[in-house]
Amino acid sequence: MSTVGFTEKLLSADNVSLSFGGVKAITDISFDIMKGEVRAIIGPNGAGKTSMLNVINGFYHPQEGVITFRGKTRRRMKPYQAAASGIARTFQNVALFKGMSTLDNIMSGRSLKMHRGFIWQVLHIGPARNEEIRHRRRVEEIIDFLEIAHIRKQPVGKLPYGLQKRVELGRAMAMEPELLLLDEPMAGMNLEEKEDMSRFIIDLNTEFGTTIALIEHDMGVVMDLADRVVVLDYGKKIADGTPDAIQSSQEVIDAYLGVAH
Amino acid sequence: MQTLPSLPHYLIRNAEQYADRVAMRHKDLGIWREWTWASVCNEVQCFALGLKELGVKPGDKVAIIGANRPKLYWSFSAIQSIGAIPVPMYSDAVADEMVYVLEHAGVRFAICQDQEQVDKVLSVQQQLPHLKKLLYDESRGLRDYDQDMIIAIDQVQQLGLQALGRDSNQAVQWRMGIDKLISDDLCVMLYTSGTTGRPKGVMLSHNNLIITSINANAFDNLDVHEETIAYLPLAWVGDHVFSYGQSLTAGYCVCCPESLDTITADRREIAPTYFFAPPRVFETLLTTITVAMEDASRIKRAMFDHFIAVAKTHGESILNGDPVPLWSRLHYAIGDLCVYGPLKNRLGMSKVRVAYTAGEAIGPDIFRFYRSLGINLKQLYGQTEASVYITAQPDGQIDADTVGTPSPDVELRIDDNGEVLYRSPGVFLGYYQNDEATASTKTPDGWVYTGDAGFIDDKGHLRIIDRAKDVGKLNHGGLFPPKYIENKLKFFPTIKEVVAFGDQRDFVTAFINIDLTAVSNWAERNNIIYGSYQELADHPLVYDMIEQHIKQVNIDLASEPRVAGACIRRFLVLHKELDADDGELTRTQKVRRKFINERYEPLIDALYSDKDSQYVSTTVVFEDGRSGTIDATVSIRTLDETPTLKMAS
Repeated sequence: MSTVGFTEKLLSADNVSLSFGGVKAITDISFDIMKGEVRAIIGPNGAGKTSMLNVINGFYHPQEGVITFRGKTRRRMKPYQAAASGIARTFQNVALFKGMSTLDNIMSGRSLKMHRGFIWQVLHIGPARNEEIRHRRRVEEIIDFLEIAHIRKQPVGKLPYGLQKRVELGRAMAMEPELLLLDEPMAGMNLEEKEDMSRFIIDLNTEFGTTIALIEHDMGVVMDLADRVVVLDYGKKIADGTPDAIQSSQEVIDAYLGVAH
Repeated sequence: MQTLPSLPHYLIRNAEQYADRVAMRHKDLGIWREWTWASVCNEVQCFALGLKELGVKPGDKVAIIGANRPKLYWSFSAIQSIGAIPVPMYSDAVADEMVYVLEHAGVRFAICQDQEQVDKVLSVQQQLPHLKKLLYDESRGLRDYDQDMIIAIDQVQQLGLQALGRDSNQAVQWRMGIDKLISDDLCVMLYTSGTTGRPKGVMLSHNNLIITSINANAFDNLDVHEETIAYLPLAWVGDHVFSYGQSLTAGYCVCCPESLDTITADRREIAPTYFFAPPRVFETLLTTITVAMEDASRIKRAMFDHFIAVAKTHGESILNGDPVPLWSRLHYAIGDLCVYGPLKNRLGMSKVRVAYTAGEAIGPDIFRFYRSLGINLKQLYGQTEASVYITAQPDGQIDADTVGTPSPDVELRIDDNGEVLYRSPGVFLGYYQNDEATASTKTPDGWVYTGDAGFIDDKGHLRIIDRAKDVGKLNHGGLFPPKYIENKLKFFPTIKEVVAFGDQRDFVTAFINIDLTAVSNWAERNNIIYGSYQELADHPLVYDMIEQHIKQVNIDLASEPRVAGACIRRFLVLHKELDADDGELTRTQKVRRKFINERYEPLIDALYSDKDSQYVSTTVVFEDGRSGTIDATVSIRTLDETPTLKMAS
């Protein structure tokens, strides 16, 4: 397996299994994410990809196995603890605050980094004000980065889908995460929107050095963006390697095209 | 009047005379930053010295590719101050289009806004033996590039600053260099957009720009207190004069928006006093207003309708200073309080003293709408070759159909075949390395052929009919002015673009492009369901609506003896939007007739047959340069009765 250029292990999942009642969503999966890489998780519908992301950011707790993030091993962790430790994510179905503006949505991504308490925030004076200015600047940089200045003050509920996805990415970026989990960032986008989004993901990875794990169905996008790909099928890992290796793996082809049993 | 010899001289003058006045603003990270004339002069000096360090020599051509950003405007002055020539280029052009200009001008350095522009120039680097280095403003994405070839503008300014630190004499030498500039020196090269054939490099001297700018400022009493917003292409002569020449000579402030998408919000924040926009912008704004009002509550709508009606009757007279009864004035004042004021504020036009539109004919209704709100919108007629101004409407003498009286110092005459000629201090030096084209456009005694057919009406105002060479003849001998017909149709908000055919044909036909914003809104209101642009365009009810519009235009045309034979008999609604990326429009959004004639030959043939639909397959180019095809069967509609027949018989 090639991990050229990436030397530090950021996250590893070891023998993770997750089941809901009798349904085994994930069975004994192990893989790792290196610092600075773009890691793709692919697989047919129901393969357990989103479950895997949910395990990583603490939303689901696996019955077996452990997750090690930045050297810390854990079995049970709350999502907000995962967020505080540097894991951010976007969702398959956009999950923004629809009535709030783009700016406020992204600003909400900064709330973990705000130190002044509720009273200070309400009074909006002195230190709280300075803190907000500092955070606002960072948010404006994200707005500039994602080229969404024109919708800065618009309520996100009224925005087209492609832009909402971008705002959601912006909110995740606002957390300045170590590891960013993207659940189908290009779903439902047209070609142009996909290209823009790819561009943002690449720049995010190279300019900011953010490690990215993404689930995506568009194979063209995955093969172009990802440094390494892990393939799941029926909750099991069936392949793991560079995009080239994955493309020629017989098991992957079978999983996607189906074989006569 | 005493003028200074060059534009950099004006920069120095402003830095002394208006040192603390704001010269430029730019919205960055959501905040308006500003620079005074003194600081602009400083920036330019560092920039110029840095360019010298890089090896820019007098006479070098330096391309400028990007949007309206302060550093790109400073680069004009910096380049000019060391005797080199800026060549601004259309930033939305694809690499293949750029390579011609870059090569033809012999560009040695290129100043690019960002990675996108750097990529384009680098992709054609092999064809540009003269190209030495690229400068860039925004560094995003450029970290892994070959740093021998590219350098940040900040770094260049740093180089200049270091040079200054080594030898403080550099500043004096820089000023002395400026003093060596002569008013007849080449100041800038602006490539025409190439409606016909290859772009031509129009060479303008310092004097061309200075005298025209000073005249224009005097004509509209523009002074150091104006504020304007720069958002039109740098390569377009209008922006070069409004945002650079006139700003330098008058000393007024130019504001650069955050991005092209935020221009409406940015304009509202700035509230410019001097404003230019092509008719398209005014049309779009009006469409937005209309759409928004349709969604407004009933009370608001009633108020809007009532006061807009009042404005329609009295607004223009009040603006022109004509006598108006006191009661009507009062009524209008209330309207101003309730409707016009807030509306103008929304549009960012609360403080506009002078607004111009040009480039295309503007719909009389649209034109009057803005004027009735109290916005002093006027028309002008200009060309790159004239440093913009040929004619402009003086305050109070406004007519939607004319383009005004000759600008100061401009002489005008009409050729025997109806073509408009002018002579002025703004007349260009010539086309760069194209003596043949220069000779056929500019006579030895300084008259320039505009290529437009027009006439001067009894009030001394110029009226433009069409491009002189576009005016064709129908087989029955009638005049066929395509643009005239197209413009009449384009005044309907639902129609975005029209291409009319009829030269050497029996009758007139037309391609229609629907305006997606207006038509989709209309469709929503009429419960029309559609999945794509193509499906909407082909909808029978859309055809019905367009047919109604054409009937109206036909009635209009039939009433004018000169064009009575040019009524439209058959039309179709195109399955895709005409696009500059596909070569169908120029970068200034003008129709490329010849190209369209070839590309859509089957459709044109079908228009002149008795078919009621035609299959067509069109190649389209995406923004990244890849291409695909759109297949469609386009319906053709025949108008049952055309007033033409009555006139002809």
